[in-house]
Amino acid sequence: MTEVNEKAAARDATNWAKKVSRLNVSEVPEGAVNINVEGKRLAGPIQGFGKMWQKTYQVRLPREDVSATDLIAAWKQRFPEFWPEGGSFYAPLTGIEPGEVALIGMTLPGRVKLSTGVMVLYADEESFTLMTPQGHMFAGWITFSAIEKEGKTVAQAQVLMRASDPIFELGLTLGGHKQEDRFWHQTLSNVAGHFGAPDALVDTQVVCVDKKRQWSKWRNVWHSSAIRSTLYMLGAPIRGAKRLLGRGALDAST
Amino acid sequence: MPEATATFDVRRLGPASVVDIRGDVTSGSEDVLMAAYEEAGDAKAVILNFSELSYMNSGGIGLLVTLLVRANRRSQSLLAFGLSDHYRQIFELTRLDEAVGIHDSESDALAAAGAV
Repeated sequence: MTEVNEKAAARDATNWAKKVSRLNVSEVPEGAVNINVEGKRLAGPIQGFGKMWQKTYQVRLPREDVSATDLIAAWKQRFPEFWPEGGSFYAPLTGIEPGEVALIGMTLPGRVKLSTGVMVLYADEESFTLMTPQGHMFAGWITFSAIEKEGKTVAQAQVLMRASDPIFELGLTLGGHKQEDRFWHQTLSNVAGHFGAPDALVDTQVVCVDKKRQWSKWRNVWHSSAIRSTLYMLGAPIRGAKRLLGRGALDAST
Repeated sequence: MPEATATFDVRRLGPASVVDIRGDVTSGSEDVLMAAYEEAGDAKAVILNFSELSYMNSGGIGLLVTLLVRANRRSQSLLAFGLSDHYRQIFELTRLDEAVGIHDSESDALAAAGAV
């Protein structure tokens, strides 16, 4: 093996997640709910239902304030802090490392608390990528990266996605896309704010990569995190009653 | 956009076009990859030769998805050969293998494309 190939092989081993057939959450942080991640398969844009979109959000910061590698290091380390309000990103204990799984909690319109997650598919010094599980709002991946260009450090979040199922597709059409744009705008503003530029302009570029919906994937609705999260919420009183009854029975027996 | 660090050379073999990939495939490869795809023209199948691939990051995988959409739009099949064990696993992990036909050799890929 040549020296160049050896270096490439080393990058491969450290930067990519190892192959998994099903996701496994090693530890559930307090406050997180793991009903839509454990045992799920990953789902990329090919497995999604809706139109395929590539959304790119960028913010430019002075190069003298932060380098691309420092920005990505901070973004990885403080990822949950940059997550906008109204949601929680429960970072893995080991941080943003390839193969790690993070849980996500979000509040949707109608006060539905949606539980989902992501796996870190790839991470190097200048970028990292999160991939979604079955049942997530969209099937795809999000790449966070930074490059240095013309005296600026450009921080970028790029989403390549299809809505997972017909219900999420409808939701995206009825305001979900705007909500998502606001979400990533806020994330990039939070990143910029960390480096002293909270008012930096966030550029958005949205491209419809594929206008066709993949109707053969409508059955993805079976895994819908929205439906399963709603059912989980509705079942809370029953679970609470069961716990109480169980405790009562335990008290009576002692 | 980062600079391109890969080259994509196109060979036409009957109804298939083979794209020989060399170097690092990243998001910076978009323009050269899409130019190669256009050069592949109206081939029935586009076959990606990864034998000389040095490295590919997640941006590169994203490009392949975009390429797949374009190929589907033209009713072309997208095939691949020459993937190392590592990148075969990456294709399986990202589930690209469900849409891109993976073969062991150029002759196998050409046979699958009906070119031999």
